[in-house]
Amino acid sequence: MTQGWFASGDAEDVGALSASVREGSADAPADWPNEAVSAGFAESPDEYYDALHAATVAAARTEVRERERASDQQLVHAVRGVADLTDTVNELAERVAEWAGSLFDESGTGVEYAREVAARDPEDVTEERVVSLAERVRDLANERADLEAYVEEQARVVAPNLSMLAGPTLAAQLVEQAGGLESLAKMPSGTVQVLGAEDALFAHLRGHAPSPKHGVIYVHEYVRGTRPEERGSAARALAGKLSIAARIDHYAGDRRPELEDELDERIERIRSRGDE
Amino acid sequence: MSLPDGVERRAFDGSEEEWLATQGEPAYGEPVADGWRRWNPNRSKLGAMFEHEMETGLAGGETVLYLGAANGTTVSHVADFAGPTYAVEFAPRPVRDLLDVAESRPRLFPLLKDARKPETYAHVVEADVDAVVQDVATRGQARVATENAEFLADDGRLVAAFKARSEDVTRDPADVFDDVLADLESAYEVLETQRLEPYHADHLGVVARPK
Repeated sequence: MTQGWFASGDAEDVGALSASVREGSADAPADWPNEAVSAGFAESPDEYYDALHAATVAAARTEVRERERASDQQLVHAVRGVADLTDTVNELAERVAEWAGSLFDESGTGVEYAREVAARDPEDVTEERVVSLAERVRDLANERADLEAYVEEQARVVAPNLSMLAGPTLAAQLVEQAGGLESLAKMPSGTVQVLGAEDALFAHLRGHAPSPKHGVIYVHEYVRGTRPEERGSAARALAGKLSIAARIDHYAGDRRPELEDELDERIERIRSRGDE
Repeated sequence: MSLPDGVERRAFDGSEEEWLATQGEPAYGEPVADGWRRWNPNRSKLGAMFEHEMETGLAGGETVLYLGAANGTTVSHVADFAGPTYAVEFAPRPVRDLLDVAESRPRLFPLLKDARKPETYAHVVEADVDAVVQDVATRGQARVATENAEFLADDGRLVAAFKARSEDVTRDPADVFDDVLADLESAYEVLETQRLEPYHADHLGVVARPK
């Protein structure tokens, strides 16, 4: 079925037409200006193009606004939410394990054990309380999983290039550590390299520790998977590319697949240095 | 070769040097003289193709589908000299600027769409456009060109800039371009190719017509 964007009819109804521009599709193009005139949508091609201009500008404006609402600040809140949930879940799971261990024959630890307790049928008022508490732990753990999935999805929208290079979870953490995509984009790459290692950095600045080689970017395979002698170089190279990616995401917003190859190549060279 | 009607060489800021220029509302802080806007080939692949005197087939007034409009730098000049111009760009941030460019150009139609999925805008973009101008920096640029061939009139032109680094940074650009040209064969007859140095490193300008 191939219909033009104007099929719904009324040239005055910019709202409906803009929705049709955004959501419609067709298997193949057709001579839309003439079809629209024959269908009585417009008096002339000129009038048709006027309506098309109004509808495409409105559609693009709406969609830009919607896609940008997936903003870096939402991502920062969500990442902090995941961290809070992790702390709370672990703390409560520990309480459940200790308490349930005093009531039931089997015992265990962690969230998995809390899930087991939550599935029990309580037999008295005390068991009722511990099972109920375990249910909260289970629910909060599920919430954390959902929120993590949201963080990954949003990171890919907010910072596509950074997510491509760092993975969405690390990308989100970097944005959170920096307090936003703009501040991350404005940081020198040496700062990005040690984001999340503030304690070690200040210990170094006070003069009683070596300078940290990496912060949260340690979890990246290109740092962790590089042998210790070259790890500093790998972290520096990675941080450099991540900074560039963050700047592109903030200032330009388009996708640059070549960044990934450039990084791969750079790390390859660092890792092969000792082999010769 | 001749420039399209509506594109001229003009001097700016009292200097002798002549630049490409079009007439329209200023869009991005470019120098303006007597209503003419300077068109900098260092910032525009299509501008560089004109500087290299490629036969783009663009004469002025035609209907254009522009893929990879970005923030509208080049497409603003295209809309100045062409007829109805459909500008496809996928990233929201540049489209914000593109919208400003489109405000003052009633025949420029911004479309926040993915050029790899023509079915998502085939209900808007008319058939038999005179030219598809392409400047997308995603992997699979040749495929974007072949998938959008359906919009072109039989005697229309693909005017494209291909970026070697978008396909593979590690390979020799010349090899990448050979592959791109081979991939275009399925839908196009290539009429002219030209490297875009010194304006754009590792870019190949291509003019082709649909088979």
